[in-house]
Amino acid sequence: MKQLLCPLNGLRNISEFLYGGEVHELSDPRDYSAKDWAEHVFFDENRAGLVLEWWCHRPTSYWFIAERNTITDEVVRSFPSSEIFTHRIDFDQRRDRGEHV
Amino acid sequence: MPFGLLKYGLRKKYPAERHFTPTKPLKSHYDVVIIGAGGHGSAIAYYLAKTHGITKVALIDKGYLGGGNTARNTAVIRSNYLTEAGVKFYRDSVELYQNLSNEFGYNIMMENRGQLTLAHSDAAIRSFRWRAEVNQHLGVRSELVDRQAIKAMVPNLNLSENARFPVLAGLWHADGATARHDAVVWGYARGACQRGVELHQLTEAQGIDVEGGRVVGVRTNRGRIRCGVVVQAVAGASSVVGQMAGIKLPIHSFPLQAMVTQPYKPILTPHVSSPHVHVYVHQTSRGEFVIGGGSDPYPLYHTRATLDQKEILSAATLELFPFLAQAKILRQWAGTTDMTPDYSPIMGLSPVENYYLDAGWGTWGFKATPISGKMMAELVATGRVPALIEPFELERFYRFEQVNEAGATAASH
Ligand SMILES: Cc1cc2nc3c(=O)[nH]c(=O)nc-3n(C[C@H](O)[C@H](O)[C@H](O)COP(=O)(O)OP(=O)(O)OC[C@H]3O[C@@H](n4cnc5c(N)ncnc54)[C@H](O)[C@@H]3O)c2cc1C
Repeated sequence: MKQLLCPLNGLRNISEFLYGGEVHELSDPRDYSAKDWAEHVFFDENRAGLVLEWWCHRPTSYWFIAERNTITDEVVRSFPSSEIFTHRIDFDQRRDRGEHV
Repeated sequence: MPFGLLKYGLRKKYPAERHFTPTKPLKSHYDVVIIGAGGHGSAIAYYLAKTHGITKVALIDKGYLGGGNTARNTAVIRSNYLTEAGVKFYRDSVELYQNLSNEFGYNIMMENRGQLTLAHSDAAIRSFRWRAEVNQHLGVRSELVDRQAIKAMVPNLNLSENARFPVLAGLWHADGATARHDAVVWGYARGACQRGVELHQLTEAQGIDVEGGRVVGVRTNRGRIRCGVVVQAVAGASSVVGQMAGIKLPIHSFPLQAMVTQPYKPILTPHVSSPHVHVYVHQTSRGEFVIGGGSDPYPLYHTRATLDQKEILSAATLELFPFLAQAKILRQWAGTTDMTPDYSPIMGLSPVENYYLDAGWGTWGFKATPISGKMMAELVATGRVPALIEPFELERFYRFEQVNEAGATAASH
């Protein structure tokens, strides 16, 4: 069976993992229009070639990022998401400002 | 071999006819360029020429005619979907299929053997009842059947109450059918070529020229083509080709795998599908059991077959048909299926003027070949989106008006 290198658990069978979609930059969600949200939720590059994507090691519920070639199915590298996402996105800022959300 | 057949074959009165026109040099201008010579692209070319008299058309394919998913599907034709938009659309397609052999003067080997979908849970029975009501309302033959009726239709199905997932009821769809997939694309392409369409195989779209928001040409490995209209009908390459025109799509490409056993004498009449154990099976007129329906668990642009899927499909098949335990698998294959979030296709206008989309055909596009060809041709000829395909426009995702097609084969997976 195909294996994937989990940054937390090492090399594991691919059946232990869940594919979680492409990694998207979320700029400032407070400025998102309905169209922006539609694009963010539904639309993807779906590129043939190297892509950055979310994966989850199911037994340990550990989410991480892998760079994979979608033509050859080779995983080039995998790493903790904290390497890209350095701070939390605060979705509650509008609530803080007393707005109705 | 009967002597008469041999004599017929040798007679000069019936010379072998050439199916498609020999490849000509690629011209520098066409009215319409259709990218992708699968069933869909060929059907669009056919109806453009036949119904609308538009024949300055180049039908281009990077490989050979019908070598994509048209060659790889399991040929199931049905219209027992769940949404009103879906049922109407596929119903009209099934109707067109019924007359296609006559229209082509060419046998597409349509076999009306019906489709039986199995329920293994109360929730499935409820949803089948719903589907049957919607289907009947829209003129599609679809009804809930009990275990006795199932036993009469499929005597060798495992109806044991001790099965892991006992069969509780079924959705019987008398309009369900299969057809020879290659014959469908050949028939359409032949009819298009006879009317003046140019088929260009080994001609890959490598770039799309857009000027002022309007498509003006296609760049290929055989040179640049200027044109007024482009239709992309590339099934498993929708995102890649769309990207050339700067169009992003709500699509993810997954390999879908299927396999086929050695031939047996006729023993299974209808097509049997189980959304619960994740498999569908039918016996071809050649006697082989076609076993389908396993998608890879993550996106990939590769059509290799895997041992994982062989095991998964075999295990599910044996739950339904234990007598196949000794059957040998002759072939296993995959095709890249472009999956949309709502299991419905994307047809119609795109953000680029005169650039039309026929995409997102996922695991369900073979049955749609005639009607999508007809509707897309009408769109190209008139510039207006026909009412039948309006619900399937790309725009629906921006309006959050998805056509949630829970009756799609993959949706239940
Ligand atoms: C295993 C499997 C089973 C299936 N079973 C069923 C079923 O039972 N019933 C059903 O309804 N559907 C089924 N489907 C889905 C169905 O096969 C497809 O939706 C349908 O065939 C799509 O037709 P098409 O003409 O759009 O695509 P294709 O036949 O794939 O044609 C697209 C063509 O575009 C060409 N192309 C791609 N990129 C370029 C480029 N850059 N330039 C030029 N040409 C290009 C390709 O070479 C290809 O020939 C199944 C699919 C698979 C893989």
